[in-house]
Amino acid sequence: MAILSKEEAKKILEKVISFSKADGCSVSLNGNDRGNIRYARNSVSTSGEDSNIVLAVQSYYGKKSGSATINEFDDASLEKVVRRAEELAKLAPENPEFMEPLPQQSYGPESKTFSEATAKITPDFRAQAAADSINPAAVKDITAAGYLEDSRGFSCIMNSKGLFAYNKSTSVDFTVTMRSNDGTGSGWAAADLNDVSKLNAAEISKVAIDKALMSRNAKAIEPGKYTVILEPAAGADLIRLMLNMNARQADEGRSFLSKKGGGTKLGEKLVDERVNIYTDPWSEEVPASPWTGDGLARKKMDLIRNGTVANLIYDRYWASQKNVEPIPFPGNAIMDGGSATLEDMIKDTKKGVLVTRFWYIRPVDPQTLLYTGLTRDGTFYIENGKIKHPIKNFRFNESPIIMLNNLETLGQQKRAVTSEGGTNVYIPYMKIRDFTFSSLSDAV
Amino acid sequence: MNRRDFMQLAGMGAGAMLLPISAFSNPVDPARMLDPLMDASQKKQLADIALNTAKSWGATYADVRIGRYLNQFVITREKKVQNIVNTESFGVGIRVIVNGTWGFAASNSVTPDGMKKTAERAAVIAKANSKFQKEPVKLATEKGHGEVNWKTPIKKNGFEVPVKDKVDLLMAANSKALEKGASFVNSLMFLVNEQKYFASTEGSYIDQDIHRTWPSFTVTMIDRASGQFKNRSAFSAPVGMGYEYLDARTEDKIEGPGGIILYNKSYDIVEDAGMAAEQAKQIIAAKSVEPGKYDLVLEPSHMWLTIHESVGHPTELDRVLGYEANFAGTSYLTLDKWKSGKFNAGSKIVNFVADKTQVGSLGAVGYDDEGVKCKSWDIIKDGTLVNYQAIRDQVNIIDQKESHGCCYSQSWADVQFQRMANVSLKPGKEQVTPQQMISNVDKGIYIVKDGSFSIDQQRYNFQFGGVLFFEIKGGKITGMLKDVAYQANSQEFWNSCVQICDERDYRLNGAFNDGKGQPSQSNAVSHGSATTRFNGINVINTGRTI
Repeated sequence: MAILSKEEAKKILEKVISFSKADGCSVSLNGNDRGNIRYARNSVSTSGEDSNIVLAVQSYYGKKSGSATINEFDDASLEKVVRRAEELAKLAPENPEFMEPLPQQSYGPESKTFSEATAKITPDFRAQAAADSINPAAVKDITAAGYLEDSRGFSCIMNSKGLFAYNKSTSVDFTVTMRSNDGTGSGWAAADLNDVSKLNAAEISKVAIDKALMSRNAKAIEPGKYTVILEPAAGADLIRLMLNMNARQADEGRSFLSKKGGGTKLGEKLVDERVNIYTDPWSEEVPASPWTGDGLARKKMDLIRNGTVANLIYDRYWASQKNVEPIPFPGNAIMDGGSATLEDMIKDTKKGVLVTRFWYIRPVDPQTLLYTGLTRDGTFYIENGKIKHPIKNFRFNESPIIMLNNLETLGQQKRAVTSEGGTNVYIPYMKIRDFTFSSLSDAV
Repeated sequence: MNRRDFMQLAGMGAGAMLLPISAFSNPVDPARMLDPLMDASQKKQLADIALNTAKSWGATYADVRIGRYLNQFVITREKKVQNIVNTESFGVGIRVIVNGTWGFAASNSVTPDGMKKTAERAAVIAKANSKFQKEPVKLATEKGHGEVNWKTPIKKNGFEVPVKDKVDLLMAANSKALEKGASFVNSLMFLVNEQKYFASTEGSYIDQDIHRTWPSFTVTMIDRASGQFKNRSAFSAPVGMGYEYLDARTEDKIEGPGGIILYNKSYDIVEDAGMAAEQAKQIIAAKSVEPGKYDLVLEPSHMWLTIHESVGHPTELDRVLGYEANFAGTSYLTLDKWKSGKFNAGSKIVNFVADKTQVGSLGAVGYDDEGVKCKSWDIIKDGTLVNYQAIRDQVNIIDQKESHGCCYSQSWADVQFQRMANVSLKPGKEQVTPQQMISNVDKGIYIVKDGSFSIDQQRYNFQFGGVLFFEIKGGKITGMLKDVAYQANSQEFWNSCVQICDERDYRLNGAFNDGKGQPSQSNAVSHGSATTRFNGINVINTGRTI
C-alpha cells in the first residue's frame, strides 16, 4: 500500500484539490515502508518493520494558512481533511513570511532514486546479511555489531496553481563495527546505496574485520598538528558541515559566510582553488529527488567553484526580499577528486595519520565553523610511505574551512557514509596538512 | 519526507543528533489534542487481540504498546510567529519472543485487524531472526500489575492553555530582548504529551499520561565592525511539569555569582530574555581565555550535560555489553571494574543516583515501556562504581534478578530498549553556597549553562564549552571570558571533584532529545546537581580566524 504509482497518487490529489474552497491549497502524499535488522555480540538484537502513508493539506486565505493530515482515502475523508485545514487557516495568525504556492515548474528527467531490488527486500534477506557479517567475524575472534535499514517509498505534491511532482525512492544503509575480543582493536565499514544489488555485506564486513585486526595494540603519539589522509567517511563528516550555505543567515551576519563589516562571502575565495563542490540530483552515484517539498526544482549547481563561494541557498521568502531567484537546499553534494588511490597517497606521505572516520562531531564556534570530535575505528601512523602502526585516537579541534585551505592532495571519489547521518555525499580521499589534534583518547 | 529531509527543513540538520519528533507525527487541530481517542477498556480489548494472536504464533512473551504522542511547537523570531505546529502520532508497537528471539512490528492501524496483522508480522520477523540467534533472550521476572494508571503530577495542562497565551508570552520575551539591544531572537515553546497504554502476556494493563514542557530561546548579538556574533541561550530547563513551569514565581529565582539570575522550579522567560541580550553584549567584549590549568566551578545548568555524557552514558549496561558498539559506542566502565567492587570512578564525595521517579524530572514515569515499576538506585557510591542501568533482558548478565525499570521507546513505531534514567549527583553534606565556594578559588573559571559538547565512544576523553564564563582570581569574579572549552578524562575529572554545594543549590536540568540506537531514538532525561568544584582542569582557547 505504501507505494502508489504516479497515476494513482495524481488521482487522489486531484480529488483533494477539487474540494478546496480557500484562496488556494497545497497537498502532499507520502508513503514509506521500512525494515531493519540490528545485531551485536555476534547475534541479532532487534529487528522490525513499519509502514505509513499520509496525506497532508495546507489551505490558505491571504497570509493565513492551516494544515491537516489524514491516512484514509475515501471521498468523505478527503473532503473532511480539506475542510479541517480551511478551518485552521481561518483561525491562524498572519504569517508575514507566507509564500503562495508555485505554478508548475520544470523538473527535468526522473532521478535514479528507486531500485526494484531494494523494494523487494525481505526479513530473510536482512537476516542473511547479518549472518554474512557475523560468521566471518566469529572465526577470527572478533565481535560484530551492525545495522541494516532499508526503505521504499514515494512522495508527491500538487497545488491549486497546477503544480504536480512525483518521485519514488529506495535506500539501503549498512554499517558494521568489528571489535577484537581482547578489546584493543576496532574497525568500521559502511555502505549507503539506493540499489541493494550493489550491496555485499560480507565484503564490507571483511574491510571492518581487517581494520579491527590491524588496529590492535595502538601506540600513543603526541597530539599536535599532523598531515592527515582522510578516508571519504572522515572527510564527508567535516565537508557536510559547510554545506548549510544559508543566504539569510549570511546576510544577517550570523554565519561563517558573513563578511566582516557587512555583506556575504558570495563570490569570494574561501578555500584552496582546487576545491570544487557541486550538487546534481541526476548523479549516478548519489541520486536525489529533482524537487523539494515546497515545489522548487533542483538543478545541477556549483556550491564552491575553484575555491570560491559560487551560490548561497535562498528560500522563497528570502529570495523575494532580496530580489533573486530562490535556490533550493541541495539533495546531495559532489566534490571533485583526483586520480590518486589511497595506496598512492600513503606512498607519497613522509609522516602522517590515516583516519578511517570521525565521531561525535559538535560545533564549538559557528562563526569560524570550528568543530570538535574524535577519530574512531582505525587510526594509523604513516612513516616514509608506509603504514607503520596503529595509533590511539585523537580529539580534533578543526574547521572545514581551515582544513580545505591546507589541502595537499585530492584522491579518488567514493559515496561516503557519515557518522551521524546527513546529506548524500560523493567525495574524494583527501590529504590535508596541519590538521589540529588537541588531545589523546584511550577509547578503542 | 524522510527524517533527514525533515531535519533539514526544520533547520536542525547540522549538529543536531536528533529532532525529537517521530517521523510519523502528523499535524492536527489543537482541539483534537484534548479529546481522548479511546478509553482504557477499548485499548485493553485491542491489546488482548494482539496478545492472543502472538501466543497463537508461538510467542512465549508479548507486549503491546498503544501510544498517542502529542507535540505542540510555537516558533517565533523577533516580532513574527514563524510557525505553530500541533502533531499527533497514534499507533501500536508489538514486541514478541518466538524461539527465544525478539521480533517487533508497528502499525498506525489501531483496529482489531491491525492488531492481528501486526502481531503476526512481529512473530514472522522473530522466526526469521531465530535461525541465526546464538543467545536466547532471558527476561527477568516481573509480576503482572493488573489494571493500573499513572499521570505526571502537573498543575496546568499546557495543551489546555490557549495558543495565543503562548504566542503573547514568547512575543513579550522577544520584545524584551530587542529592547535591550539584541540583534536577533528566536524563541520556542515545546510541549509533549505521551498517552501510553502497555499490556503484556504477564497480566499488566498500564495506562499512563506523561507531560513535558520546554520554553527556550536564543539571543544573538552581532558586531559587524569586528565581524563577531555571539549567542546566549535561555537559562530555562526542559521539565517533566505542566505549564506551571512558566509561572515565574519569586521563590524560584536565584541570585547567582557574577550578578546573574538563575531559575529553579519555575521560569521567568521575559526577564531572562532581557538579561540574555545584556550578557550577549558582554560576551562579545569579553577577554579571550589564556589556555592552561584552572579550577572549575560548574553551575547546575552546565553540570547536567557533563554528568549526562561522562557518567550517564558509560553506566548504561547495553553500552558496556556491546549492544551499541556500532553506533553510540561502548563504555570504559567495563564489567571487570564493577565486579572488583573498588573501581574509583570519582573522589570520595562523589555519589550518583539513577532515578525514574523524581518529581519534575523528564525521566519520571510510573512504569517503564516493558511494564516494570520505576524506582531509584545507586550507581556510584562514595566514588566507587556499584551498579549500572539495565532492563529485563540484561540484568541476568550482572547477576541481578530485577530490572531497573529504564526501558523506553520514543513512539509506538520504534522498539523499546534500555534508555538513560535521570542520573544525578547528590548534593554535598557540608553547608556551602556557590559564593563561598568561589571565595576559596585562587585561579579559576565559573561556568554557567551548557554549550558545546563532545566525548569519545568509550566515554574517556571529553570537551565541553558553556555559555557564560567568569574569571575567578584570588577568590573573586573579575570579569567575563570567551573562547573557553575544557578537556578531561572522565575518571580523572570526577576524581578531581573537591567540593559540592549543599542541597539548597540542587537543581535539575536536562534534554528532550538524547539520541541512541539504530534506528536512532530520542529520550528525555534530567540530571540534578548543586554547584561543584573541580581542581586543575585543562582549558583550551577555541578562538580562530577564517
